Formats: sequence, structure tokens, C-alpha cells
Amino acid sequence: MSELKVKIIDALNLKHLKPEDIGDDQPLFVHGLGLDSIDALELIVLLQQNYNIKITDPQEGPKIFKSVKTMAEYIRSHQPA
Amino acid sequence: MASFIQGSCRLQNGKVILNGQEIFSSTVALNAFLEKAYGHLQLNYPKFYKMDNLSRLGFLASEVLLKGKDISSVNPFEISVVLSNSKGSLDTDASYFESMKKVASPALFVYTLPNIVNGEISIRHGLKGESTFFVTPSFDPDLLYAYSDEILKEKSKLCLAGWVDVLGERYEAFLYLIGKDNTGLKEKHSVENIKSLYSA
Repeated sequence: MSELKVKIIDALNLKHLKPEDIGDDQPLFVHGLGLDSIDALELIVLLQQNYNIKITDPQEGPKIFKSVKTMAEYIRSHQPA
Repeated sequence: MASFIQGSCRLQNGKVILNGQEIFSSTVALNAFLEKAYGHLQLNYPKFYKMDNLSRLGFLASEVLLKGKDISSVNPFEISVVLSNSKGSLDTDASYFESMKKVASPALFVYTLPNIVNGEISIRHGLKGESTFFVTPSFDPDLLYAYSDEILKEKSKLCLAGWVDVLGERYEAFLYLIGKDNTGLKEKHSVENIKSLYSA
């Protein structure tokens, strides 16, 4: 998961954070890491560019991007063979 | 009622200058210069890292200019931002165009308008007054004076005005604060004084 955290920090320009500053279960939005709607779009781009995963159902977003852990689980279960 | 230029700040050629006094300098490239200046000013505003260079320039200039000034006593609806440049958001437009060759970047897209810098400054300081951005061939003190003067007569007590321009490594920010009180620089708000501060 630390690799994913590095990618998130890089993609979202969170230069004030180190990977260890982000908890595996820490909420990414609002009261957690404080990400916003533009960050959500960048996370979708991150999945597409780095893992070749396209999110087709927008309703899935809140579940996938709840935390780094849920993102990692989604990547593991959806990466093309 | 007369208005006065209470302070000015310039970021150019690796230097940050407040009221004619150099407060920071570095010879590194623009991105690094802006981040070093941010560090030097000991700011804690993580959104800075997400901004494009146009917004970073305006943001830093406004931070330097407003530091130590108590604007909280002024109604935020009576504090205006009037900025200008010659290249609009071309610097970020080009980066966004590049990103479109792979996957278009939403984070870049939101900066493909020059007046976003007004928004960043306004959000940071809670300013809710008039917000205007002019694109002109070159620095136009007559236009800035006329527009700011009218705002100050009609509906504002403070106005943050100036020029914020960037394309690649060519950059220039010149911001000044105009108010009704004869404090700070004690320069009367006039075209001649704007010209004089700009060329200093």
C-alpha cells in the first residue's frame, strides 16, 4: 500500500505529506485527508493511467475511494490479467 | 475621497520584494523558486502545492503584501481584487493540452482560466468583494487605476490590484494594496505612483 500512497501523493500534489502520514484506513475525503471533488477525478485518472482500470459506475466512487485500503483492494480485484 | 497605495510586492528574477526591500532571493528555476519562497515565508497552506504557477505567484505576492495587515476589521464584501496580465492562463493551457495526449488532468483543467488566481487569493483571505481580471498587451496602469478608483469610490474600502504574468520561466508578479487610510507607503493612489512603483 505504500507504493499506492506514493502515487496518490504524486498525483494530487500532496507535497506536505509523506506516505507514512496517510493511514491505511484513514478516510480520504472531508474530515480525513481532506481531499475534494477535483482530487476524486485525479484518483480516477490515477487508476486509469497506472493500473489500466476504468471506473464505469460513478456510484462506486465513494466505496472505492473511502481509504487507501479500499483503493488497494479495488485495484487488486480489478487489475486486468 | 482620496485613496492611498499602502504597500506593494514584486516577485521577479528570483526575488521577492516588499515595499522596495528584498526579503527573499534564489536563483533556481521558477517551480523551485516558488516553493522555496513558500518555505521561507513559513506558510502552512497545503493547497499551494496544487496551484498552477500563475496562482502561486499571485498567492505568494498577496501573502507577503497582507502579512501583518489586519484586514479582518473590513467587511469582506468591501475588499476587491483587480488583477491583470498579458498571457492569460496560457502557461497552464499548454500543460493541460499536453496532458490531453494521455488522460486530461482535471487538476490542471481547473486552472485554465486566469482569474482563478483571484479566487485562490479570495479563498485564502475570505475576500468577497469585486473580483476582476484583465488581459492586456502589457502592464496598463491607466486601466488598473481607473477601475480600482471607481471600485473604491463605489463599493470597496480595500483593493488588491496589480499584474501577475507567467509563461514558462518568464514570470512577474506586481501587487499593491489600495485603501482609504494613508498608511504604509503613504503614496496617493494615482497613475503616476503606480507607474513609479512598478518601474522601481
